[in-house]
Amino acid sequence: MTSASVDESTRLAMYRDMVRARDFEQRAYDLFLEGVVQGTTHLGLGQEAVAAGFAAAMRPTDMTFCTYRGHNHTLLRGAPMPALMGELAGRKTGICGGKGGSMHLTDVPNHAMGSYAIVGAHLPIAVGAAWAGVLRGTDQVSVCFFGDGATNIGAFHEAVNLAAVWKVPVVFVCENNLYMEYTPIGDVIAVEHPAADRASAYGLESIIVDGNDVEAVHDIAVETIERARRGEGPSLVEAKTYRHKGHSRADPGKYRPDDEVAAWLERDPLTISRRRLEADGVAGDTIDAIEAESMIEVDSATEATRNAPPPDPATLMTEVWADGGSEWRN
Amino acid sequence: MAELTYRAAVARGIAQEMERDPNVVLIGEDVAAAGGVFKTTEGLFERFGPNRVRDTPISEEAIIGAIMGAAMNGLRPIGELMFSDFLATCWDIVANQIAKTRYMTGGQVALPLVIRTANGGGNRFGGQHAQSVENWAMAVPGLKVVAPSTPSDVIGLMAAAVRDPNPVVFFEHKKLFAAKQEVPEGEIVDRLGAATIRNPGSDVTIVALAAMVSVAEEAAVVLAASGVSAEVIDLRTLVPLDTKTLLESVSRTGRLVTVEENPRLCGWGAEITSIVVEEGFWHLDAPIVRVTTPHIPLPAAAELEDLAIPSSEQVVAAVQRME
Repeated sequence: MTSASVDESTRLAMYRDMVRARDFEQRAYDLFLEGVVQGTTHLGLGQEAVAAGFAAAMRPTDMTFCTYRGHNHTLLRGAPMPALMGELAGRKTGICGGKGGSMHLTDVPNHAMGSYAIVGAHLPIAVGAAWAGVLRGTDQVSVCFFGDGATNIGAFHEAVNLAAVWKVPVVFVCENNLYMEYTPIGDVIAVEHPAADRASAYGLESIIVDGNDVEAVHDIAVETIERARRGEGPSLVEAKTYRHKGHSRADPGKYRPDDEVAAWLERDPLTISRRRLEADGVAGDTIDAIEAESMIEVDSATEATRNAPPPDPATLMTEVWADGGSEWRN
Repeated sequence: MAELTYRAAVARGIAQEMERDPNVVLIGEDVAAAGGVFKTTEGLFERFGPNRVRDTPISEEAIIGAIMGAAMNGLRPIGELMFSDFLATCWDIVANQIAKTRYMTGGQVALPLVIRTANGGGNRFGGQHAQSVENWAMAVPGLKVVAPSTPSDVIGLMAAAVRDPNPVVFFEHKKLFAAKQEVPEGEIVDRLGAATIRNPGSDVTIVALAAMVSVAEEAAVVLAASGVSAEVIDLRTLVPLDTKTLLESVSRTGRLVTVEENPRLCGWGAEITSIVVEEGFWHLDAPIVRVTTPHIPLPAAAELEDLAIPSSEQVVAAVQRME
């Protein structure tokens, strides 16, 4: 991996994206402890390079489908941070009006087509959306992110097979963070690599990328997205990464060996990226400025969320149907 | 006018909408060159080609998930589930994804799609290919539920379902595929949420759906011979539910019998009963009677299946027992 494969402005943009995702989720964690963020959160702290590398390689009209661990993906497709923070806190200002919550962040105007909280369910949905793009001649690609645990559920296999048979422009991205929830993925698969070792069953190439190296991710993203856009069909990418926190808010992650955690923290994607930028001559001030701007954005979103009202009670009964209502009888 | 089977009406209804709107597509198992296992999609592949009429693997989650994604990105897809029993294999996509996504996203996502499926018993197929499961779909907020009883309604309600901007589960009854009716040429477009009075009457209201409509009509003929005037209402759609037609009828007849093919517990007749008790209680002259399939899985043997599914004799007996 040579950093020369990506131009400097893209590298800085990806670093900025990773910092914003990191700061946003760290703040979400703090606000949960404070009782401002409600319900649950599934943080992608430590996995930012996968989101940033792909987001930078996508066209604005390409579609993202992600999971309940999807704050970073939704943010990095362009969703406004105050609207995401508002949704986590169940406020009127939330991007789904408070009806979705942390696990269902969606921003259709920016083609973040949803965060899906049933493991594996969104893979066939991503396939259908990409297929529709082919029929309508929109030149869109779907990028579908999921965890290692999803590779054992039926919908994964049904969707990857259908996409391969129909040559649908979709890139499946397995964020392999080594644990499905509390159990190591290695304990529940008969192969070494949960996604890459299954690829051949669908006639696909086995692709593994260092998911903590944003430039490596970006390279593979460009390659697979362009392959999809050329009509050459889907790809299945396995990005090896690690979550810094537990599975969800209820999980301190104590089942992971200390030395394993320490080794992965050492390979923090932000640290790797910053070191590389500095080694390539980017001024420390430039990087510091990116970090300071991010913190201002997060502070501003936090302030807006603290001041935002709860949803209007009348919205309880809206948006079941396309007419905006919920009536089921005359 | 030409005589048309219910089976052929399915293909005609789909063709009518595919002809009108290039965004209408059809996918499912064996729906293309084979014309469907029930021959309900015959001719569509030849007419509209492989881009718009597509065979899928035996992958129900992929079929229904794909139409959801396609609907999110500008198509108006129709997905076929060969048997309605198979809804259980993709219930997550139907009940958790399709039904909830518009609400959960604060209205960001529209899902104009139709899930077509062959429903109901009477063909000796046994427990996993014969259930009547329209009440499953009715129980989920966010799904419209249609179950036509005649060829003409198949066309008109198919058009309404395809044109509806919401997800619709469209139950085609297997026992009715061979049923025939004179159907006019040209476009037929109906609307969802309107029940039809199949047989006007003044002494008792019999509410039915799909294959149970003809059962209710047969019962009405028998009852007429003994001087009882039965009004038969074909609900046609469970969601939206036409409670006005229902309550107005009961206000005239004072008696209500529901005839449903789904098993007893939480069948749609229970919801109808609840509505009439809450809102039409003072019109009632007798307790409401529900005629249902017993709360059992369906058996295969003819003698047993016939005992299980409501018959006109059971409906007549239910009415005759009323005060």
